[in-house]
Amino acid sequence: MVKAAGIKRHTISEILFQYENYLVLSMLGIFTVFPFVYLLAVSFTPANELINVGKYILYFPRKLDFLAYNLIFQTDAIPQAYKVSVFITVVGTFLSMLVTAFTAYPLSRKRLPGKSIILFFITFTMLFNGGMIPTFLLVRNIGLIDTVWALIIPMLVNAFNTIIMKNYFMTIPDSMEESAKMDGANDFLILFAIIIPLSAPMLATITLFYAVSYWNDFFGAILYINNMRLYPLQVILRQILNSASSDMIFNVEAHKAATLSMRGASVIVTVLPIMLVYPFLQKYFTQGILLGSVKE
Amino acid sequence: MIQQINTSKTGRITLLNRKGTAAALKSLLKYKYLYIMLIPGIAYFIIFHYLPMYGIVIAFKDYKFMKGVMESPWVGFRFFKQAFASPYFSLILVNTFLISLYKLVWGFPAPIILALMLNEVRTFYFKRTIQTLSYLPHFISWIVIGGILVDLLSPQTGIINNIIKALGGEPVYFMASTKWFRTVLVVSDIWKEVGWGSIIYLAAISGIDPQLYEASQIDGAGRLKQTWHITIMGIKSTIAILLILRLGSILNAGFGQIFILYNQNVFEVADIIDTWVYRTGIQDFQYSLATAVGLFKSFIGLILVVLSNQITKKMGEGGIW
Repeated sequence: MVKAAGIKRHTISEILFQYENYLVLSMLGIFTVFPFVYLLAVSFTPANELINVGKYILYFPRKLDFLAYNLIFQTDAIPQAYKVSVFITVVGTFLSMLVTAFTAYPLSRKRLPGKSIILFFITFTMLFNGGMIPTFLLVRNIGLIDTVWALIIPMLVNAFNTIIMKNYFMTIPDSMEESAKMDGANDFLILFAIIIPLSAPMLATITLFYAVSYWNDFFGAILYINNMRLYPLQVILRQILNSASSDMIFNVEAHKAATLSMRGASVIVTVLPIMLVYPFLQKYFTQGILLGSVKE
Repeated sequence: MIQQINTSKTGRITLLNRKGTAAALKSLLKYKYLYIMLIPGIAYFIIFHYLPMYGIVIAFKDYKFMKGVMESPWVGFRFFKQAFASPYFSLILVNTFLISLYKLVWGFPAPIILALMLNEVRTFYFKRTIQTLSYLPHFISWIVIGGILVDLLSPQTGIINNIIKALGGEPVYFMASTKWFRTVLVVSDIWKEVGWGSIIYLAAISGIDPQLYEASQIDGAGRLKQTWHITIMGIKSTIAILLILRLGSILNAGFGQIFILYNQNVFEVADIIDTWVYRTGIQDFQYSLATAVGLFKSFIGLILVVLSNQITKKMGEGGIW
């Protein structure tokens, strides 16, 4: 429900204020979207028209030139990175949701002995950790370096998400669990057949949070991966954007063509999945934050 | 036989198990499936969060990879002293504080203001559209945003500089300028997070009783007074908690962002503790030194967070725990 604060008054100052408000908010909306529209336009701009890009705030080429996109896909650097990113995101999110639910559910059962201690140990990790170097050394010593699992396992369970899940599970009435137990169900069955279906909105939100963090994560790859074939999309993108010449990624011919359009195309290609699913998921965000603000 | 959980005045939880191991085993069996469920998660936290905490001892040893942690010689606080004595240390400390502070001063009110403005919008679809658009940057990685910034701020082809040139000024190389870089950091951080941050304030505002506005209008309160005395006062707990939490993490100046956006030209204004630890430890292999500084930061950070939690509790707002 949209609640309006303040009272509708038809005075001049009220109208002026509304005007102002709408104007500023519209500008915010524009500023948010503008960079992406700009890069989209640039990515389709042919090389000879690139001069114009600087001249106008937003320049749309007369005819869409797909050269930049063709060039960036000439080597399989981007498709390979896509594969890696998709693998990490899908497998990672699935495993994360599974283990997080496995951790959150028992901790949501009031009578579980030792629950408070375990909860404390999990919460504590949000306040203090070993730091970048010891964690790096640990992952290295375990032997995960240069494996795709180094990009999943170290971030498998997020303590904050676990607490959100636990709190939500706690709101499900005990009677459901009790009657299922009377019918002879064990805890695994209860979790999958009852609790999870009842928690669908919250689970959707947490799934979203995990998926986005896996998709956007780059630092893990920078730390733990040296093999270029295992670089996720974000890191390949970074290499493309950082090099004045992208010779390492693309072939030399490509460099002679419109570098600016290629940079734009690379960015568009990286954000495309998020842009596509984003409109459909926006209703879950609000829920997620509200869930997060529920205290114990 | 039943385990009792005592919560004493200090909030510590003690487990009184009157029948000892027998009862413990009995509970283990009774709840066995639940404990089995917990195994992967607990194993994860132990391995990836608590084992590295043990690795912190590296800060007190002259860690040599060949020797491993156990065999490396103990050197006590040598690396701490070495770090504190270096003038560069105060540089990264100052940068960390200043950048955090700037982000706090400019970035903390921004979502609140946005929430207040969105709250005044009468048209549902407009409000919803602007909200949806404003959350979008939160889901984009800093690498993408970095790419956008480099292009928009480019001295030759960037829009901002073209506007400057059109107005008769000289183009500015923002990303490499010690004068402007921190501004770039703060502004891009706000751009990324203002929308997402406003969600919680909007939720808090929706909890305010609308009758308060009517009542205040009868008393002659104008829009400004209403906004201050009703809306802002109404969400002051939310503001207070988020502010205190923010202060508690003041040593986190935004590693992900700075790591992607910074370059050697701006080290002196943008190098923070975390970026220095990364270069020193991972790139220069000075594990012990980097760990020492990292430990220093984590430790101070812990104290700050605990303190801020105590403060919010004393204020009556309840803490995170």
